[in-house]
Amino acid sequence: MLEKALSGSRRYYGWLAFLGIVIVVGVIAYCRQFSHGLGLTGMSRDVTWGLYISQFTFLVGVAASGVMVAIPYYLHNYKAFAKIVILGEFLAVAAVLMAMLFIFVDLGQPVRVLNVLLHPTPHSVMFWDMCVLCGYLVLNILIGWTALGAEKKGFPPPRWTKTLAYIAIPWAVSIHTVTAFLYAGLPGRYYWLSAIMAARFLSSAFAAGPALLILLCLIVRRYSSFKASDESIGALAKIVCYAMITNVFFFLLEVFTAFYSNIPGHKAALLYLFFGLEGHANLVPFMWLAALLAFFGILLLTVPKWRRGKKTLPAALVAVFAACWLDKGLGLILGGFVPNSFERVVEYIPTVNEILVVMGVYGIGFFVLTILYKVAVAIRETGKGGPEAPTPLPEQ
Amino acid sequence: MKRREFIKGGLLLGAAGLGGALSLGALRPAAALPPTGAASGARRWGLVIDLDKYNQSADREKIAALCHRRHNVPDIPDTKTEIKWIWEDDFAHSFAEMESPYLSDRIKEMRFPVLCNHCAEPACVKVCPTQATFQRPDGIVNMDYHRCIGCRFCMAGCPFGARSFNFFDPRPYIAEIDPLYPTRTGGVVEKCTFCVERLTAGLPPYCVEAAAGAIIFGDLSDPASEARRALASGFAIRRKAELGTEPSVYYLLGGGGGDA
Ligand code: SF4
Ligand code: SF4
Repeated sequence: MLEKALSGSRRYYGWLAFLGIVIVVGVIAYCRQFSHGLGLTGMSRDVTWGLYISQFTFLVGVAASGVMVAIPYYLHNYKAFAKIVILGEFLAVAAVLMAMLFIFVDLGQPVRVLNVLLHPTPHSVMFWDMCVLCGYLVLNILIGWTALGAEKKGFPPPRWTKTLAYIAIPWAVSIHTVTAFLYAGLPGRYYWLSAIMAARFLSSAFAAGPALLILLCLIVRRYSSFKASDESIGALAKIVCYAMITNVFFFLLEVFTAFYSNIPGHKAALLYLFFGLEGHANLVPFMWLAALLAFFGILLLTVPKWRRGKKTLPAALVAVFAACWLDKGLGLILGGFVPNSFERVVEYIPTVNEILVVMGVYGIGFFVLTILYKVAVAIRETGKGGPEAPTPLPEQ
Repeated sequence: MKRREFIKGGLLLGAAGLGGALSLGALRPAAALPPTGAASGARRWGLVIDLDKYNQSADREKIAALCHRRHNVPDIPDTKTEIKWIWEDDFAHSFAEMESPYLSDRIKEMRFPVLCNHCAEPACVKVCPTQATFQRPDGIVNMDYHRCIGCRFCMAGCPFGARSFNFFDPRPYIAEIDPLYPTRTGGVVEKCTFCVERLTAGLPPYCVEAAAGAIIFGDLSDPASEARRALASGFAIRRKAELGTEPSVYYLLGGGGGDA
């Protein structure tokens, strides 16, 4: 099926070439980091995780959000999602891949990464995270690829893919829950030490992931004959809306607990993020921007006219996605390290080299995503069922 | 060479059964390594820092300097990437949670040595995905630098800022490499080890030696130990005890050596 990715328009090749350049630059930057050490990043002994780990966290969410398509389709037989379920699965594949790469580039001794498997350590959440992420990657590749292969031949997908799809649903929830547990169980990091972390993670993931998926559907719809229906996009937009409202609500719960209890440790990170602490305020503009975008996005999505608008819907989705990224892909991880164990504020500013590596990883992810989507679209366009045929549900 | 075995050699002290075929510190001359030291049989190593003595009479500079020199700890000037096993801070920062607006000048001016607490319930050990950070049966939290993948989860987990990461190859920053102790590579985490290599030889940690009585090392599980007797003589506090990691480093106020 991969041969379908080999023929495409000039725009398609141009896009791949662009991604190729981004990847090459990223790889060169990573080679520099590999030989000089992580000192080439902005991280320090006080802020020990930076953009790499925050991108990892964010992308695990994007990956998990595939269930927002899978649940209605597989559990409620919601036919409108039949066409896009494959796009959700492939988005999950690309997102998990990027998440794992971000862990890898963050390691000080990357060649020893297999030590995690050679010395399995059940009391470390990192070990479980690695297990569930690998499992989720395999599940989504299997489900997506098999379904597509069957469709190419004009058959319904084999029954076992449906079983796998059922397994993938709780599995998706688990990957983001376990990722939240990486942070939520650390003593003394009060911004993370909160029972609502996993719930917050999931709600923001279910907002950002489907928002991205709709945007991708709109792009695919524009440039190919693969048309996601208005109904499916409308349904997804509602999901984004509810999830984002929940996300903001959960965040406000944190704010209440921190400020009503007035416990300094619980307030400190929030103060740092939104007002600055001891004169350090690098993240303040980003966090207020996130807040504005969140409310703007929710507003556009709650009013039905705007939610359906050709221009307002993409604007709302971009706003929601950006808000979630700023909150989770930036503030959450960095804020957790402030103040440090000695109540001092040490700030983190990513270096150029680090940003190039980040872009390189995103480049790889989007390259894979483009190829997968291309194959999916090409099969839909030429498959026996014709361009409009949805993925048939396996026989019950 | 098996630096890892060297590090693990200390394990024999408390539990012969743990590691299989381990060779005792092949980097040290064999004569300096009696199979068991005075320390054998201890169950819970800890430090008691007599703050009055430490501030009044100890040669404070010498303590960290000796530890760092003997352990090949690099001298990196940048505070963001520096490596330190033991250093000093004031009360307001090392005991931030006990902040008081009316602290006496005496306490305000006091210097507090800080280092890894060798917690009985160490968060760093719990989170490490490779067991590169592990707890020995005698309570010492040690590291296997050859297994560490440099994920820095332990640094996020440790609430005491006790751990340092080698952001670069540390060797160019070591003024004079002590051949008796391994150097580390870039990309791994390190911290104080309570001088396991000294304990194996039946000697106290370097900081204890350099502090000339201001820092007391001993078995916390033995009421007759010097450490426990020091604790009984005054009022001792631990850093962030409320977090439940059970630090084994105690800060003694008004012990036998002071006048408070
Ligand atoms: S002080 Fe930190 S590094 Fe040392 S044992 Fe406790 S948690 Fe681990
Ligand atoms: S950095 Fe090394 S010691 Fe620390 S958690 Fe990771 S593998 Fe373990």
